[in-house]
Amino acid sequence: MSSAATANGTSLRSSSRARTVLRTAGTLPLGVKIGGLVVAIFALAAIFAPLVAPYGPDQLDLNAIFAAPSSAHWFGTDDTGRDVFSRTLYGLRLDLALALLVTYIPLPLGALAGAVAGFFGGWADTIISRIADVMISFPFIVLIIAIVAIIGPGVEAFLIGVPLAAWALYARLARSRMLVLREQPFMLATAALGYSRRRALFRHAFPNVLRPCLVYSTVDLIGNLLLLAGLSYLGVGIQPPTADLGSIISSGQPYLLTAWWITTLPGLTLVAFGVGVGLVGEGLADRSSEWSAQ
Amino acid sequence: MLTYILRRVVISIVVLFGIASLTFLIIHLVPGDPAKIQLGQRATPEAVAKLHHEMGLDKPLGEQYVEFLKNAASFDFGRSFTFKAPTSEVVSNRLAPTAILIGYGLLITLVVGVPLAILAAVRQGGIVDNAIRLVTTFSFAMPPFWFGLMLALLLGLEANLFPVSGYESGIDGIIETMTLPALTLALALMVIVVRNLRSSLIEVLGSDYVDAARARGFGEGRIVLKHALRNSVIGTITILGSIFGFLISVLVLIEAVFQLPGAGSLLLQAVQRRDYELVQALALLSGFVVVVVSLFTDLFHAVIDPRIRLAGHSE
Amino acid sequence: MSLLEISDLRVEFPSDEGPLVAVKGADLIVEQGEVVGLVGESGSGKSLTCRSVMRMIPKPGRLAGGQIVFDGDDVTALRGPKLRDFRAHSVGMVSQNPFGSLNPVFRVGAQVAETLRVNRGMGRKSARTEAVALLDRVGIADPERRYLAYPHELSGGMCQRVMIALATASNPRLLLADEPTTALDVTTQAQILRLLVRMRREQGMTMLLVSHDFGVISEVCDRVAVMYGGYIVETGPVDEIYHDPQHPYTRALLDSIPELDSAGSSSRREPLSGYPPELSERVEGCVFAPRCRFARPECGSVSMELEPLGPGRASACPVRPLAGGCADPQSRAETSA
Repeated sequence: MSSAATANGTSLRSSSRARTVLRTAGTLPLGVKIGGLVVAIFALAAIFAPLVAPYGPDQLDLNAIFAAPSSAHWFGTDDTGRDVFSRTLYGLRLDLALALLVTYIPLPLGALAGAVAGFFGGWADTIISRIADVMISFPFIVLIIAIVAIIGPGVEAFLIGVPLAAWALYARLARSRMLVLREQPFMLATAALGYSRRRALFRHAFPNVLRPCLVYSTVDLIGNLLLLAGLSYLGVGIQPPTADLGSIISSGQPYLLTAWWITTLPGLTLVAFGVGVGLVGEGLADRSSEWSAQ
Repeated sequence: MLTYILRRVVISIVVLFGIASLTFLIIHLVPGDPAKIQLGQRATPEAVAKLHHEMGLDKPLGEQYVEFLKNAASFDFGRSFTFKAPTSEVVSNRLAPTAILIGYGLLITLVVGVPLAILAAVRQGGIVDNAIRLVTTFSFAMPPFWFGLMLALLLGLEANLFPVSGYESGIDGIIETMTLPALTLALALMVIVVRNLRSSLIEVLGSDYVDAARARGFGEGRIVLKHALRNSVIGTITILGSIFGFLISVLVLIEAVFQLPGAGSLLLQAVQRRDYELVQALALLSGFVVVVVSLFTDLFHAVIDPRIRLAGHSE
Repeated sequence: MSLLEISDLRVEFPSDEGPLVAVKGADLIVEQGEVVGLVGESGSGKSLTCRSVMRMIPKPGRLAGGQIVFDGDDVTALRGPKLRDFRAHSVGMVSQNPFGSLNPVFRVGAQVAETLRVNRGMGRKSARTEAVALLDRVGIADPERRYLAYPHELSGGMCQRVMIALATASNPRLLLADEPTTALDVTTQAQILRLLVRMRREQGMTMLLVSHDFGVISEVCDRVAVMYGGYIVETGPVDEIYHDPQHPYTRALLDSIPELDSAGSSSRREPLSGYPPELSERVEGCVFAPRCRFARPECGSVSMELEPLGPGRASACPVRPLAGGCADPQSRAETSA
């Protein structure tokens, strides 16, 4: 990186960084490229659902109930004539947004807690680790259902419950990584250089600790997406008539044999998206082990 | 070794306490009066007071907590409002289908997953290995409830091989009604088992001691089945133990899809009916099971792996 | 008939720029009852040569040419059950990593007993008794108790003894030892070497011992072959090679061994300058010529064939600078000092 701090230097640095990123992206394995493409397509379609979807999510058409998939309705229609494809897009949009929220907000918080626990050890470690253990031991769904018992069904239970438990997973990951990192020569060097412990922790160790957390976050994202879909399926997540993948699938269950498309196709969409994320995650995992070996 | 066991048990007890405390909070975090919510708007004050007393809500908080812990230790969780019976009774009536589902599902997972993992590891990098990897990526992204529905559609409704809901006991009944649910559960678990066992096997098969065994003329069969597997199984069992929480989550979904009268669907019913005693009992039970299973698998690991057993500590 | 005859052995590793040849044409003969040493720097190809005899070249390497004849049979043609049989009964191997070569979840005695059951068809009880006897024979004290030990409870030296017991359990005719003492401390090293010498004497075992340490070789071996850059450059009886090396590389190798009484003397030994050739380098002619102080222009076009110099001696250096023919700048400096 350039050491000259001129006005030009800053723009040079950012463009060379961009080039490096592009070059690295080109060398990614095939799986990651395919996965990335799939994720990008689905994500864009979901984000721009209002523009992309041929119909509104609640648009009824009582003349076309239970229509099989056709060029007019790619995924067919449901019991009130709503276009399943559009609903799927809107549902993906909502589910994805919520899942992202619930994955990437606990991540830095959990990582920080774990890093602190691993770095300082002692009482901080014991307390944080025990609390993390308790949160992990509760099966996610049970935790959220219990919260639903308290505050009623809806997306709030999901938004409260998942971060409550998810931070613990990241804390565990961060802690084990920190325990290893603590003994590395470069960390010992920070002590020799007289850096304050806080500086050593935040500027040097923490970024390194984030790496395995980020790799795991792809797995977590899929998990949260499926969890939200599952909760909505059970009726304790997103409530109908809001379009969401789980509730669409659930609404199709009584008509499984006759109008199979209501249940099958949104599910396939979810699977395809999940596979895309999974491929990216696998590729990242392989990469990151190359990096950390350096 | 003894110190390790002791430490592990103490940690588990602490965690159990934490879970119990969390569960205790369920009733007390409900906005409003749980008794009134249960009884409805038109409840008489006497009925509400009676329920208060039954639920123990009229005592001071500290006393309630101690009372709760004591009762929990003897598996007494009060009376279920909906079923008008002690919760422990209600729960134990529904445990059988859940337990069978877990057992059957694990069986399928192991019977199918272990050979797949061995195949993938032995033919590492080949078409078979990559195919298995791809399949696991797919199954990981599949919502278990959706997969259950697909199985119900294809094997149940279309092919008419299995019924798609309900539960029957007895060997025939179980095979008939529980196969689809167990397959669904197995799918979710198999991903983890296959991936984990495969990578562990690959590592072991590249080790120096496997090399030395080959140099003594041992055939691949003996090497994989006796030498390699023995080393890898330890890690896989530990992993299975640690995903028990996930297993329970999937259970709830499967019981809903196939309408099995198990503990998972009981939880849903309890929530719908606002039966807080029942919710508490089930939440505590599930947390308890996860902790105990985790403890047992860790101890099992420590006992089986001579490196840990004799060194007295793990890792 | 010699017990082992290696001719023109070639071991390759595939790469994007074409195959990397690690062993470029090695010839070696081991007679029944001999102990032959194979010495060279790391990367010379000696380990690969040794492992080729067992057909256990680490992937992705492969045997790309040459012949390995053991007791009249072509080893390179063996497949499946015959190959396993060969490994089980004809040849045994001890390798560099004593601790890692034992399965950590089985007791060491059980591992020896397993070999006896599988390779010698013994029953459970007799295998156990014999295993204890084997452990005793390799010098493990209190073998009954040690039988029950797990590998991580034993020291490096004891693990290596167990490895030797395992390798010799089915009485192979040839024992391959690939750097058996490299991972051990000096005292343990001496013990293991003494054990090998004793076993050779008591059981008349033929051995091929690979090491980068000439001292190890000289303690145990009758004959030695020196490897450099994938070729065998000199062979001969250990004593002769030690006192009268004929190949400049051998000379340089021996020169670089510090001696106890060389400290402070004016005639300092100089380590050999430069580096052995990379696998991807193609050197025309003599592979040692770039570093050889006697190199002549014609060295750029000689083949690396071993030329016989006398009974049991051969050298790949046709220039023969050390046979009294050529001027040696170093030795002149010594005499004039």
